[in-house]
Amino acid sequence: MRKQVEQIQAATVLFAGDSGDGSQTIGTQMTETSAIVGNDVATLPDYPAEIKAPAGSLAGVSGFQLHFSSETIHTPGDTCDVLVAMNPAALKVNLHKLKANGILIVNSDNFARKNLRLAGYTDNPLEDDSLTKYQVFPVELTKLTRKTLESTGLGNKDMDRCKNFFALGMILWLYSRPMDHTIRWIKSRFAAKYPEFIEPNILALRAGNTYCEATEQFATSYEVKPAQFAPGKYRNIAGNTSTVLGLVAAAHQSGLQLVYGSYPITPASDILHGLANYRNFGIVTMQMEDEIAAVGVAIGAAFSGALGVTGSSGPGLALKSEAINLAMITELPLVVCNIQRAGPSTGMPTKTEQADLLQMFYGRNGESPIPILAACRPTDCFDTVYEACRIAVKYRTPVIFLSELYIALGAEPWQIPDVADLPKIEPNFQNNVNGFEPYTRNADTLARPWAKPGTPGLEHRIGGLEKSDITGNVSYDAENHEKMVSIRAEKVKRIADEIPPTEIFGAQEGDLLVLGWGGTFGTIRTVVENKLEEGHAIGHAHLRHLNPFPSDLGEVLSRFKTVLIPELNSGQLRQLIRNEFLVDAIGLNKVQGQPFQVFELESKIETYI
Amino acid sequence: MKNKKSSGIPLGVPTLTPKDFTSDQDERWCPGCGDYSILAQTRRIMPELGIPRENIVFISGIGCSSRFPYYMNTYGFHTIHGRAPTIASGVKMANPDLSVWVITGDGDALSIGGNHFIHLLRRNFDINVLLFNNRIYGLTKGQYSPTSEQGKDTKSSPFGSLEAPFNPISLALAAGATFAARSLDRDPEHLRSIIKAAFEHKGTSFIEIYQNCNEFNDKTFFLYTEKDTKADNTVFLQHGEPLLFGKEHEKGIRLNGFQPEVTTVTNGTDDLIVHDQYAENTTLANFLARMSDMPEMPHPIGIFRSVQHTCYEDMMTDQIASAKQQRGEGDLEALLNAGNTWVVE
Repeated sequence: MRKQVEQIQAATVLFAGDSGDGSQTIGTQMTETSAIVGNDVATLPDYPAEIKAPAGSLAGVSGFQLHFSSETIHTPGDTCDVLVAMNPAALKVNLHKLKANGILIVNSDNFARKNLRLAGYTDNPLEDDSLTKYQVFPVELTKLTRKTLESTGLGNKDMDRCKNFFALGMILWLYSRPMDHTIRWIKSRFAAKYPEFIEPNILALRAGNTYCEATEQFATSYEVKPAQFAPGKYRNIAGNTSTVLGLVAAAHQSGLQLVYGSYPITPASDILHGLANYRNFGIVTMQMEDEIAAVGVAIGAAFSGALGVTGSSGPGLALKSEAINLAMITELPLVVCNIQRAGPSTGMPTKTEQADLLQMFYGRNGESPIPILAACRPTDCFDTVYEACRIAVKYRTPVIFLSELYIALGAEPWQIPDVADLPKIEPNFQNNVNGFEPYTRNADTLARPWAKPGTPGLEHRIGGLEKSDITGNVSYDAENHEKMVSIRAEKVKRIADEIPPTEIFGAQEGDLLVLGWGGTFGTIRTVVENKLEEGHAIGHAHLRHLNPFPSDLGEVLSRFKTVLIPELNSGQLRQLIRNEFLVDAIGLNKVQGQPFQVFELESKIETYI
Repeated sequence: MKNKKSSGIPLGVPTLTPKDFTSDQDERWCPGCGDYSILAQTRRIMPELGIPRENIVFISGIGCSSRFPYYMNTYGFHTIHGRAPTIASGVKMANPDLSVWVITGDGDALSIGGNHFIHLLRRNFDINVLLFNNRIYGLTKGQYSPTSEQGKDTKSSPFGSLEAPFNPISLALAAGATFAARSLDRDPEHLRSIIKAAFEHKGTSFIEIYQNCNEFNDKTFFLYTEKDTKADNTVFLQHGEPLLFGKEHEKGIRLNGFQPEVTTVTNGTDDLIVHDQYAENTTLANFLARMSDMPEMPHPIGIFRSVQHTCYEDMMTDQIASAKQQRGEGDLEALLNAGNTWVVE
């Protein structure tokens, strides 16, 4: 039978199974392949905090959603065209995301009584008519994989570990994708520690592919043509990797040694893992005894003349706040990465949220202004963290770099920048002994000298006590204290002088400005694009600089009748905007540990246009 | 075997005097405070160490003792409560050529900073730690500290403190200290010799200094520091020598099973414990450290342990060098372009 190939514009696939089923692995592989064949891609991993919750349980379901398209896309998709459910629990948790008439591939071998019970099904959904609105493909994934691998000598348990690649082989067939990238990856991934799994995984992958080709179950495959990208060289990149590369680049371009202090925490640990690989760049990573020690070594390194960076998530930032304040008053360069997750307290560590903004603004004792920058998408982490490093060094101040789980773990194609185009970062260490005082200032930036130990003649003492203007000596003088508080505030304000004018996408004035920050970018941009096509006077501005705001922001806001601020919190940027500009901005808020979906934003916007 | 410095600290011109290490800031400790003596001995010993002033960094936490860096004309960093070891580790890691000194107190190092203290020792950075132990919180005006005696009557414990004290030397040894010593604010010569030995030891050097707080805990260590009682209540540790004490060195310490006991030495010193500060095995050092918890035994003063282990910063430097050798000097262009890439024309 000759099978039909149908051209489509885009598709969304969701791989779901037990935490140990390898959904993240095959999701990532499908993403890589889709990116390499030229699609635009956006991903959303969604996994539980438990490493391996009881097999088959609802709590243990791990998912990976991938949206790929021949058009430019900004989100991993609201709903799915294909759901691969490795067990009943994965089906139960994710079925609501599958479009009507969507393709549902299930591992029917796992739909026995025990797993059905664990998922809370009284009847087998494959046998009643509860799934009639979908195209259901029950596949004996376990049995077929075992059969494929019977000659490999692997035990059943080991054979079952290969079944995710059988499923991936099927999906690659379904979307007319080549297998060679995945095969190359399997070879390099398993070469060192598990060479005995290379051949079985490749066999399973090919078998899944052949199965779809051979069986009459699958009559149609699909093809998504390459998207239009600006000319250049691309790779697929996740937000945390992009952050790692941005930090390496900043160290490299500034000629400073990077000292990264960290304590393992979801979802920031990957930055520590990533940087730990680059010793040949002279990069020092120090896994410390706690969050405070992690920021402490970064501050000490900065005092010594290195690029001190620490990274964590919200609870870790709470612990670091006293030390960040020390870097603020001693005016040392320091970059603090906060990869936000759902709070408060331990909250939901594997879910996304943007609720640490006010903590970053105000979560320190005394008056403690600190520049804050937020990345808006995986690829933007590179530029934003690089800019955070540049500002920290230039202004001698701690800078907070905000990312969030959604973009930290999400991936998309990245146009690889030319190293020569990266902005300059100049440490400008103090060497001149004449007239040196530790708290004199650059007339433009108000930055104080960076006089590192080891420099003869510049011996000086700094500390957390209030210091006298110019000399930096301990001072309890009333007037001096007020002066120093205002100098520190003014220094941060002056950063606005070099923030580029606010870019507005779409209408430059009119009915509605959607103002966003952080990882909501993709959803907002998608919705605004849609509404512009319908002819509405709607604009989208997205803030990278949250402290200070761009100097033209007030004027930009005044050009629109309504300002809508969608945030994954209860209205934190909105408070700041109202406070600063007296603009009665409207909020769209979601605090569910999940990103906005396009339809949610669309329905809100429709009430204002 | 003595552990000699092998770091790259350049030798300075040995013409500096204690005055060169004195900053222009007035010392603001209470008159009579033991901190003055420790400061004076530190300033006096510094010229003998042969390091240029610019390569010396004093780092402190919070507390009376932690004002110390302001009074030294070197680089200095008065940080936050308990965290000096972390900042010192960063300073040392970013520039291993610096001579790094942590100034801390019993509250700073053992209470709020207890975690960092043990981990600093475990990592064995080449950093010198001077812990001013006065068994009280001075800067906050007299609450019991983690080294205060159980039952102590203080402002925060009017019915007596309920807590058993830490033994700082035991704690340091348990954390893997490669150098642990004890000295006295009121024995300048000994203090200088111990500070010098700490400097010469490569690795984290920990010195507990019995320090008098004449405002809030006066005379707490006088039994061990004053002329009349010192000889009978302390035993000065000398490597390779038997443990002798008393005005005429007429008393010695020997083992009776697992218990130390005091004996008179009229019949010779053959049965006395002989100190071995270079022993890799910590049994003797631990045993000596615990003697100060036994009311009937003298407090050991001197170097409990001094062994050479590789320092964290040297291992890191080696890792960087070998990574560069194996993979080549980091090439940013290549790194950004790594992995699966594709070109859009």
